[in-house]
Amino acid sequence: MAQVVAVIASTHHPFYYRASTSTGADRPPFADEWVSKIETFRETLTRARPDVLVMVGSDHFHQLWLDNMPQFLVGKAPHYDANWHNEEREFGLPRMTLAGEEDLSQHILRNGLDAGFDLAFSNELRIDHSITCPIITLRPEHDLPIVPIYTNIFAPPLPQPKRFVELGRTIRRLVESWPDDRRVAIIGTGHLSLELGGPRQFGPHGPDPDFDRKAVDWIARGDLEDCLAEVTLDSLHTPGNATHGFMDFMLMMGVAGDGVAADHVDSLDLFHTMEAYFTWYPEGALA
Amino acid sequence: MSKYLLDKFLFTVDRDPALVERYRDDPAGTVTWWEAEEANRILNCTTDEKSTWLAFTDEERDVLVRQDHVRLFEMGAHPFLTLTLFIAMFERDHGPLEYQIAYGKAMEHITLPYPDIAT
Repeated sequence: MAQVVAVIASTHHPFYYRASTSTGADRPPFADEWVSKIETFRETLTRARPDVLVMVGSDHFHQLWLDNMPQFLVGKAPHYDANWHNEEREFGLPRMTLAGEEDLSQHILRNGLDAGFDLAFSNELRIDHSITCPIITLRPEHDLPIVPIYTNIFAPPLPQPKRFVELGRTIRRLVESWPDDRRVAIIGTGHLSLELGGPRQFGPHGPDPDFDRKAVDWIARGDLEDCLAEVTLDSLHTPGNATHGFMDFMLMMGVAGDGVAADHVDSLDLFHTMEAYFTWYPEGALA
Repeated sequence: MSKYLLDKFLFTVDRDPALVERYRDDPAGTVTWWEAEEANRILNCTTDEKSTWLAFTDEERDVLVRQDHVRLFEMGAHPFLTLTLFIAMFERDHGPLEYQIAYGKAMEHITLPYPDIAT
């Protein structure tokens, strides 16, 4: 069976690519510290020697639209083109093409359906920065095949937080039951407190630093009990109007396991939002 | 009121570079053309199979013509769509992050709970 060799959760800041590649007067003052933290974070994936990446993210109204909106969707394609015009325009993100691991997609779809998740699928999916940002930070060579999984954190009505956690637990079980001997890393990105298009956007910090501190602590300790007791679809409006992306962190806590503390925890307080990086190594992963 | 149709306008204009410029330069003409020709187009279907029932209210048409991002927010348009399109149209006229900060400041009178964005 396949082995899960790393579980990784992070924010997906679309400004990282431009900040990290800019030079001279264009280079922001926080870029060097940010790059240093990302290089340390990247090493946590490299050490796990993955062969395949399962990538959890959320389409930002690129291919998925309100006339046909899935809650959870698994890509099943041999290739994924990546990044969209408005991400090139606003963030300077490069266009990319990633290989797909169709056999694992098929396994997750069939067995996910049988486990009670009515997963949508796509045979032609162009992925966006929720998946390419962690590729750029963690595996810039983009040389490993992926299975993209999209969640709806964006277009209400949304699934409940507990459903994200349960999907994470299910994804972990499904990858570990894949009849293949390759090493799989499961990577997902979400948000801490975030405001987009509202009065609290682009402040000197994220819109709710208290929520961010609490959230980082929940994730670092794998404390799903406290997190689920406090976080609801309604409560997530308070820290910032785009904070429902935190449910993808909750999904990743489900992948990592209840009460399992992360082996690598780091964060960076930036304008607009706090960045946060977490890696868990399942037992025996580094052997 | 149709939050969906407001969102559809913002979404379809944002992804078409020529339409972004057209809406920046001629808001009234672009909104009139879009409502007549595009509002009922189902994005994944041929033009023969378009919808028959989608139209703006007077208020929706007016807010799009005035390019009033504060009022769009108050009406429940999806904030990500409005922000992305308006950055594409107007960031170029400002210094780094100046437009984004002013965009938020213009909404500082708005308090929680924010308008519902469900469509």
